[in-house]
Amino acid sequence: MTENLKLMFTPEFFSSILLPALIGGICVTICASLLGVTLVLKKYSMIGDGLSHIGYGALSVAAVMNLAPLKVALPVVIIAAFILLRLSENSKLNGDSAIALFSTTALSIGILVSSKAGLTNDVSHYMFGSILAMDKSDVILSVVLSVIVILAFILLYNRIFAVTFDENFARATGVNAGIYNMIFAVLTAVTVVLGMMMMGSLLISSLIVIPTLTAMRVCRSFRGVVLTAGTVSVISFLLGMLIALMFNTAPGASIVIVNVFFFVVFSVIGRFRR
Amino acid sequence: MKTILKCENLKAKYDGTTVLENLSFTVNEGDYLCILGENGSGKSTLVKCLLGIKNADGGKISFGEGIAQSDLGYLSQHTAMQKGFPATVREVVLSGCLGKRGLRPFYSAAEKKTAAEVMERLGITELASRSCRELSGGQQQKMLLARALCAAKKMLLLDEPVTGLDPAAAAEMYELISELNKKDKMTIIMVSHDVQKAVEESNRILCLCSNSCSFFGTPKEYTESHLSTKLIGE
Repeated sequence: MTENLKLMFTPEFFSSILLPALIGGICVTICASLLGVTLVLKKYSMIGDGLSHIGYGALSVAAVMNLAPLKVALPVVIIAAFILLRLSENSKLNGDSAIALFSTTALSIGILVSSKAGLTNDVSHYMFGSILAMDKSDVILSVVLSVIVILAFILLYNRIFAVTFDENFARATGVNAGIYNMIFAVLTAVTVVLGMMMMGSLLISSLIVIPTLTAMRVCRSFRGVVLTAGTVSVISFLLGMLIALMFNTAPGASIVIVNVFFFVVFSVIGRFRR
Repeated sequence: MKTILKCENLKAKYDGTTVLENLSFTVNEGDYLCILGENGSGKSTLVKCLLGIKNADGGKISFGEGIAQSDLGYLSQHTAMQKGFPATVREVVLSGCLGKRGLRPFYSAAEKKTAAEVMERLGITELASRSCRELSGGQQQKMLLARALCAAKKMLLLDEPVTGLDPAAAAEMYELISELNKKDKMTIIMVSHDVQKAVEESNRILCLCSNSCSFFGTPKEYTESHLSTKLIGE
């Protein structure tokens, strides 16, 4: 443990590996938790999970075809997000069923393509993530994305609340709910693709869902849930990273376990407050 | 009497089936119109068309001079509200002011004052900081009515406002709606299954039938028609 701590604070490791991971991770974590508030409350909790599996399929195909991973995964996941939100709203196909259908199909295509090309090991890090392997372009994209998401939440906060609470009423008062749903689809897709490179496709949905569920245990207002979810997710990320570096555990899984710990603590507090 | 809303030969489909056809009616300022009909007769489709959430498949809906579609205050059923949603009563009521504020990110002092006055008018000021998930059905419905009043300029569209309420809360809700109509001169359009109450409270009744025929007239004309016996029995 002491060896790991010493390594963490060597200038080379800190500036070239740890700092980009922390900046990128904090940005993605904030985006996931803020978008998660609306997704969870609109009952689209599983959309992050579905999109990450679709992303895994796209990244596998990109790896086999020797194409830039993000250039393939981003448009595919954005289109999938539109389709899934649309199906959840309008189709006779139940939203959860649509997500399951799309995600398992994409995951199967990814596994088939990568195993056929003998690249199973090369694409397996998308399954479990590799936060310490975030490069400069990933970090820049994460920072830009988080600025857009935070600005959207500040400038459009009241409209986001209205569309989340009661979409029909929001539409009736002249709010173009379709535009907000589209913005959310794009931002969620970008967050999921970046997040799955960091956390892995198996764990990214936890960053979207758990902070909101945690905040809802104790907060009475929408504003409270938004602020608490964002704060809890950043603290969980930092603590998870610290645990991962100190005890040499998988970063993604450590972050999820800290998030779950906060969920349990907040649930107990919420029970006593009633 | 000034016309506030006019529906002409409205046609609308639901899931590919025509549920409204050649529907025409007029709502004047100060009217209390009750929309009745069996399940599947097209009441919800008509509400969506009036709110602009759904495009009509034919015919025309027009609003009186100086009134826009977004000036219609809409009260949905409180049972449609998501259980456990974390929002305070103040947050929900203020969201009724959204349609009037362009793209400004924050509510103005005037909008906050309007929301406070509406809450005072409905007697829910002391609930303002409470979470809506802690409220009873009646209190939730008052909160949603306050939100609708923040959005309403002259007209309220109420979709089965007493569904799921106990008799005392339902009676209080009917009294509030009647007061808004008589004292505040608010035009009311109310979808209801309560034929008796509709006949007592309203001055116009629109009855939709599943075979696309419809009745539009006074409560007296309605009770004398064969449709009333169909809905309330002999």
